Amino acid sequence: MDNEFTIDEQPVPFVPGQTILEAAKAAGVYIPHLCFQPDFKRHGGCKLCTVLVNGRTQTACTHKAAVGQEVDVNTPELDAMRRSLVQMLFIEGNHFCPACEKSGACQLQALGYEYEMMSPHFVELYPHREVDASHPDVLLDFNRCILCELCVRASRDVDHKEVFAVAGRGLDAKLIINSPTGKLGDSAFAVTDRAAHVCPVGAIIVKRVGFATAIGERPYDLAQISAEAESCELPEAAK
Amino acid sequence: MSNPGQDKVKVRLATTSLAGCFGCHMSFLDIDERLFELAEIAEFDRSPFTDIKHCGPCDIALIEGGVCNADNVHVVRELRANAKILVAVGACAINGGLPALRNKLDIEDILRRVYRNPVTDEPCVPNSPELPLALDKVYPLNEIVRVDYSLPGCPPSGDAIWKFLTDLILGRMPRLEPSLLHYD
Repeated sequence: MDNEFTIDEQPVPFVPGQTILEAAKAAGVYIPHLCFQPDFKRHGGCKLCTVLVNGRTQTACTHKAAVGQEVDVNTPELDAMRRSLVQMLFIEGNHFCPACEKSGACQLQALGYEYEMMSPHFVELYPHREVDASHPDVLLDFNRCILCELCVRASRDVDHKEVFAVAGRGLDAKLIINSPTGKLGDSAFAVTDRAAHVCPVGAIIVKRVGFATAIGERPYDLAQISAEAESCELPEAAK
Repeated sequence: MSNPGQDKVKVRLATTSLAGCFGCHMSFLDIDERLFELAEIAEFDRSPFTDIKHCGPCDIALIEGGVCNADNVHVVRELRANAKILVAVGACAINGGLPALRNKLDIEDILRRVYRNPVTDEPCVPNSPELPLALDKVYPLNEIVRVDYSLPGCPPSGDAIWKFLTDLILGRMPRLEPSLLHYD
């Protein structure tokens, strides 16, 4: 077979132009990710999909598959790095799972489970961030934002509204809203927007549906996030 | 510890609840009839189960809750000094949990708003020497003492506590299978 590379020594076919992550998904091989969704422009921000391509670290969501590549996904070193990334995302925000509506359907939490994160390990930053409840149908809780920019891309490229952007750098980076007051309620945002339904964590919460599925019966309460690879798509409730 | 016929040395456990809700202790009791099995191999030192106030040398300390006041600091240091293995049990011990939602607020402002004179509506913050001094923030255990293991959950289920504890007692690296590992 011509268009083939290996993931953890197993052959994986690809279509020219496909990234490693896309080819892996199509073949039912799980590579973890937070900022990637197939419908949106590649971002390469969260680094969870970091793999070794011929011994060099690359993000699988941006790196094109090529003939003969040897890709390592599941090594103890990469898994430890991914766990550290998840831990750093936890301490950078205010992630209190017991008080979060998204618990059980949150991909950050699910990756914590996947990589057996027993504690966030690092010193908590407890940043001060406000909640924006100004929109009638959607709540923004910046405490849980991981700056994956999925909402930025969905609003810009699919909804054509450019409601969201990330401003600032490093620890000062934050999600901002394109409206005269900076509040979501004064923006063009609507609950029917694609951007309202792409958040992998509990930062963009659609109001009045929070507990339609009970805690304990949600996708990642029932199956590990890596089981997604078998179905090649996200569980409905996690979208 | 010289009961006739009892030649086995029992594992000594200490438990305490700091800035938590006692939910983890309630969950501990959810191991149900396995408590008898536990009683065969372990005994309790300082714990709400025994009402012993200060702990002596022990093998495993299970601590629920974060550190929110000066008394919590003394307790967690006492347990650290006496326990070979210290386990942070539950969300509050691990990242401050729900009590840590106050961390973004100023403690003086909170106290002055909550404690008011009912007649004059002036702030009257309690100031008895009996009361432990509140800390500026609620801290996870690992920011106050060295923590050997963390057992997440709010609370961790009885099954998770049993698995974790038996792993520790038997000298295995404690590990929770996916069905037992939850943060909520």
